[in-house]
Amino acid sequence: MKTADLIVIGAGPAGMAAASTAADAGLSVLLLDEQPRAGGQIYRDVKRAATVRGHILGQDFTEGLPLVEGIEKQGITQVFGATVWSIDATGKVACSVNGQGIVARGLRVLLATGALERPMPIPGWTLPGVMTAGAAQILLKQSGLVPKRAVLAGSGPLLYLIAAQMVRAGVPPLALVETQVRGDFIAALRHSVGALRGWRYLLKGLKMLRETERAGVLRYRGATGIAVEGERQAKALTFTASGQSHRIACDTVLLHHGVVPNTQAARSLGVDHVWSDRQACFVPRPDQWGGTGHDRILIAGDGAGIGGARVAEIAGRLAALRVATDLGRMTGPERDAQAAPLFRQRNRELAVRPFLDTAYPPYTGALSPDDGTIVCRCEEVTAGDIRRFARLGCKGPNQAKAFGRAGMGPCQGRYCGLAVSSLLAQENDATHDGTGYFRVRPPLKPVTLGELAATEDQTGRAG
Amino acid sequence: MNNALPFHDLSPDTASLVNVRFDGTEYALPEGANLAAALLAAGVTVFRTTPTSQAPRAPYCMMGACYDCLVKIDGTTRQACMTEVRKGLIVERAHTAGGVDENG
Ligand SMILES: Cc1cc2nc3c(=O)[nH]c(=O)nc-3n(C[C@H](O)[C@@H](O)[C@H](O)COP(=O)(O)OP(=O)(O)OC[C@H]3O[C@@H](n4cnc5c(N)ncnc54)[C@H](O)[C@@H]3O)c2cc1C
Ligand code: FES
Repeated sequence: MKTADLIVIGAGPAGMAAASTAADAGLSVLLLDEQPRAGGQIYRDVKRAATVRGHILGQDFTEGLPLVEGIEKQGITQVFGATVWSIDATGKVACSVNGQGIVARGLRVLLATGALERPMPIPGWTLPGVMTAGAAQILLKQSGLVPKRAVLAGSGPLLYLIAAQMVRAGVPPLALVETQVRGDFIAALRHSVGALRGWRYLLKGLKMLRETERAGVLRYRGATGIAVEGERQAKALTFTASGQSHRIACDTVLLHHGVVPNTQAARSLGVDHVWSDRQACFVPRPDQWGGTGHDRILIAGDGAGIGGARVAEIAGRLAALRVATDLGRMTGPERDAQAAPLFRQRNRELAVRPFLDTAYPPYTGALSPDDGTIVCRCEEVTAGDIRRFARLGCKGPNQAKAFGRAGMGPCQGRYCGLAVSSLLAQENDATHDGTGYFRVRPPLKPVTLGELAATEDQTGRAG
Repeated sequence: MNNALPFHDLSPDTASLVNVRFDGTEYALPEGANLAAALLAAGVTVFRTTPTSQAPRAPYCMMGACYDCLVKIDGTTRQACMTEVRKGLIVERAHTAGGVDENG
């Protein structure tokens, strides 16, 4: 069994920064990520992509290079293609690498598994040709692919980013269909401190929008009734905007209305989560260093609540400082001296979030989908099914599994969990916290029996 | 630009093409490329069908979270978006839910 002072799960900005800071403090680090290369979602494959496509992807992307270079140092063992499927509170981590089960033990474990895009259940969202906007970005970053006849739909700054990147790539989208309304922006201005601080973000967003509009991309706002048309493949996006119905023929529909923490790893350890009204999702409540309530488990990055890449990086460093102190490699005063500027920087970065969250709320049509709309993609359970379960007495998501298999497919509720909780809460007139979320148990990702058996062997021998 | 294909490839890799079979059809795909991306670029639209209603599915998240890109490789269900193209891969559409694999 491999051992390390610190096992970091996830090599995005949070995980990379943590690994680097921990190694600087003299800790041995095992950095695991299921992707083939470092970067996480924002800096996906940055080392290869920055040289060939840096001009298209922009400076916010190439900024990730120093982080990737920063993990090439003594003390850090990197294992890519490592899918972590079990973590326990003693610091034992099981993963699969090339079909081989591997067990490792860390004195501390940092969960840096990032975010997922908020599920956007609308009619037709399961059709081939429909993807998340983030998926399109991954295709662009990692593989240099751009969909030729695409419509973007939803809300949020990431939608502007992919639109601008597609324009720069010479393959602009056909249209940008936004769901937020003017009132959202006005409400957001009330968060005036954040709005001022967020000026940089606003200007960036405006610049990307202008770039997109100049390329002739049609833009709609306040869209409702959004649906994807098609039998075996997406053929068109239909919606209503300014009282008019629209139909845009296309091959690809890219959906996005924000990102939410990927809570699978933390939940499998029983880490508490609470509902955040502002972010409209469940978030864990770590302490200022990322401590979770389990002595050996810490959490950093967007998995701990959405703060964006810079906040993720800072949180990774803070968690590493905490671990270095816990393990006696750094004194409390040394830690605090290094942490003070990081705390200040984090507060500055976080100040913009209330503004952004209010200006780009999730699409209400997808928070309360029509009865016929599939909510659980894996098991094809509809919103109407979930409402019916509630009327039959179903109070929470775990019961919904028994009523109709919602959340029991291979994605283990990653893309239906929030919708199932919200629908049950709405229908039962209950709170989100009272309704709860799916119980998450290992394996976090499907594993083969061979992989399971191999890890049992290793635990038996060494653990 | 080949307009029949839904994706534009900004940097086509013609140096290291290898043969991959998908559902009986041979494709020449760049070695080491992401399998889901390479199949999408080659015009494949349906990766699997659902166990419940046989509805067609294709990659949705490209980050290993949604499992809509499931395919069968050497009898084992795998996520195409988490697999790299290798010479001689034999890939088939998955028609299972793909939990813990029966052949593992
Ligand atoms: C698809 C997508 C695209 C995004 N693009 C942008 C963007 O262009 N610009 C922007 O500002 N923000 C973007 N974001 C927001 C994103 O959350 C960033 O803020 C940032 O990447 C968060 O950093 P992180 O370190 O917390 O997590 P991430 O960067 O998400 O890194 C988490 C890492 O953990 C790994 N991981 C997860 N689970 C496991 C497991 N079980 N086993 C092994 N490894 C695991 C993942 O492979 C990933 O590499 C995107 C989000 C998503 C979901
Ligand atoms: S596309 Fe979602 S898991 Fe592969």
